[in-house]
Amino acid sequence: MNPTLAGFLQALLLVAALAASYRPLGDYIARILTGPRHLRVERPLYKLIGVDPAADQTWYAYLRSVLAFSAISVLFLYLFQRIQNHLWLSLGFPAVPAPTAWNTAASFVTNTNWQSYSGEQTMGHLVQMAGLAVQNFLSAAVGIAVVATLIRGFTRTETDRVGNFWVDLTRLLVRLLLPVSLVFAVVLVASGVVENLHAAQTIHTIAGGTQSLPGGPVASQEVIKELGTNGGGFYNANSAHPFENPTAWTNWLEIYLLLVISFALPRTFGRMVGDNRQGYAIVSVMTLYWVVSASLMTFFEWQHHGTALQAAGGAMEGKEVRLGIAASSLFASSTTLTSTGAVNAAHDSLTPLGGGIAVFDMMLGEIAPGGTGSGLYGILVLAIVTVFVAGLMVGRTPEYLGKKLSAREMKFASLYILTTPAIVLIGTGVAMSFKAERAAMLNSGAHGFTEVLYAFTSAANNNGSAFAGLTVTSDWWNTTLGLVMLFGRFLPMVFVLALAGSLARQKPIPSTAGTLHTHDPLFVGMLSGVVLIVVGLTYFPALALGPLAEGLHK
Amino acid sequence: MAKPLPPLVRLHLTGLRLLLVFTVICGIAYPLLITGIGELIFPGQANGSQVRLNGRVVGSSLLGQNFTLRRIDPKAPSVPDPRWFQPRPSAAGADGYDPTASGASNLGPNDTGLTKTVQARRLAIALFDGVRPSSVPPDAVTGSGSGLDPDISPAYAYEQVNRVAHSRRLPVATVRALVADHVDGRVLGFLGQQRVNVVALNLALARLG
Repeated sequence: MNPTLAGFLQALLLVAALAASYRPLGDYIARILTGPRHLRVERPLYKLIGVDPAADQTWYAYLRSVLAFSAISVLFLYLFQRIQNHLWLSLGFPAVPAPTAWNTAASFVTNTNWQSYSGEQTMGHLVQMAGLAVQNFLSAAVGIAVVATLIRGFTRTETDRVGNFWVDLTRLLVRLLLPVSLVFAVVLVASGVVENLHAAQTIHTIAGGTQSLPGGPVASQEVIKELGTNGGGFYNANSAHPFENPTAWTNWLEIYLLLVISFALPRTFGRMVGDNRQGYAIVSVMTLYWVVSASLMTFFEWQHHGTALQAAGGAMEGKEVRLGIAASSLFASSTTLTSTGAVNAAHDSLTPLGGGIAVFDMMLGEIAPGGTGSGLYGILVLAIVTVFVAGLMVGRTPEYLGKKLSAREMKFASLYILTTPAIVLIGTGVAMSFKAERAAMLNSGAHGFTEVLYAFTSAANNNGSAFAGLTVTSDWWNTTLGLVMLFGRFLPMVFVLALAGSLARQKPIPSTAGTLHTHDPLFVGMLSGVVLIVVGLTYFPALALGPLAEGLHK
Repeated sequence: MAKPLPPLVRLHLTGLRLLLVFTVICGIAYPLLITGIGELIFPGQANGSQVRLNGRVVGSSLLGQNFTLRRIDPKAPSVPDPRWFQPRPSAAGADGYDPTASGASNLGPNDTGLTKTVQARRLAIALFDGVRPSSVPPDAVTGSGSGLDPDISPAYAYEQVNRVAHSRRLPVATVRALVADHVDGRVLGFLGQQRVNVVALNLALARLG
């Protein structure tokens, strides 16, 4: 079979699998978020946590819970790393240095999973499984919980209550993330991903040298790393490492896992607002961007532009032979369009325009399909902007799903959209203006600039993948990027929750002949345009200095 | 009776309690359960797909390893051993294929250093294997993402057949047949790429004597 056809078939199988999961998984998540009953296992958990599961919160109380919980998580994870040398399974590693521990704590709590450390040289097994992997579960659930309030903003009327954070979180963990992880962790172990608690074992190789074979509870972490769109690798090489991703089959499965929840959430949205067509409209826009991105990425990698890649005769630098161009491109594009940031190839060595696609994917705000929960709230904010723009065109007060979009709602939507680009562009500008920070670049010229731009884009969008040539172990980079991740995660959440509260308070307005349909192809087209123009174009000057300057250079 | 805690403190304590509960469930119970299942049902895979030669563990079939000549001076550059099939270049550790330092070169597609390295590798491999430089495939002159890639392309494996056969005084046909036996197709016919696992191939070579 020729490679193009094989590459096409693997993507087709992925689309088929995602389409098959769309309805059952989306409906299931809707039931988790709306069902009145608590499971028998959940009631004692609420007792242990000390919350009344029947008490609904206002948007402000919900927000305070999110922030308090996240602050505690950052602190806990920071301390955990700082004392790892006194705990079990530390493998003899010392305490993680303060700047790295801070960066890593911020990174895993914000669902970014940016790694300024090398897993196999820094983290003991206990920190990996009971510290880092726990945040893989929790941060993914927080994202879905926040989008649940936004959907409730549309479905509830004349109330100041948007749900109970502790209940949403517990249910998503107990009913969704944990059971799915259990099943696929076993599948991954069966397929060759390691799962043990051994320290590295030194052996004599076939040719008589020595090699140190690492151990670790990898499979259990690998599955939630993808499913929760986290992306923090157990080992430094992440999903390129054969112990994390041993075959082309596990590679395909990992791409499926990192996409499946985010692609099913529009169904949850459609189901909860009582009109499945609304979900289809949103998922169409997500699919459109995903297909275009994956196709362009694959095309550019096949072309292998760049002097080094031309000299090699193919874009195999930083890629694994068992995976090859097509599977690496599909992974790269999926991981940057979600907030995953796991990598199965070195993004720094992608072709100039292929790497440009990766950074642009994140710049779109990770909405195609985006992180668990954060992808859907990102695109719903853009849908609100679209409805507003359409309303301006015809001179009507815009309304979305029976809720009026007044100045208040538009302020929150605008703030949401402005936050991330501001952080990325100001951060990149500041870093580039300091000589010492510029020295962190491995590559020179336009490619070096792209490394810095990529780092800030990845951190602010909570992606976590990197042009890893950049040395980010200095105090400045660790501290700055830690702050960027926290602002990039929680400022948008503030605006989403405020928006949810504002929508829930409203009386519904009946739909009339003049109401814009938000489920038809016209709206899909308009929303796609708004994504590209409002979000994408913000970054055009920065892209022109980086990937475009390198990629269009003759 | 003690004074009730301020609401803000109570809120953070609730957060801490939820965090601790799920640290026990997702961070301790869940990975231990998966580890238990792994040890019981899939011990080979769970422990890293180790391979043995004469009863001794000599590596993992998933991790590439060096096939270089023994060095007297540990600081001297490593030299590929012509009797073995050679893996791809590796950026993991100083000598390559060091699983305690997995990773890629991270050099950009237009990097002049990488361009020169690729050209130098092409010439060195052509000389080593006695083939034309233009017939050296891309995977032979580029480093992988993990630095631990156990596989090479079938083209690179076949290219090394003559050299391996001559230095082992084996019939070329025997070595070629061995390579043919070790070409793995795409998973399900369309996932990934055709490849030859160098560790498995060299292990078979070692068993040949």
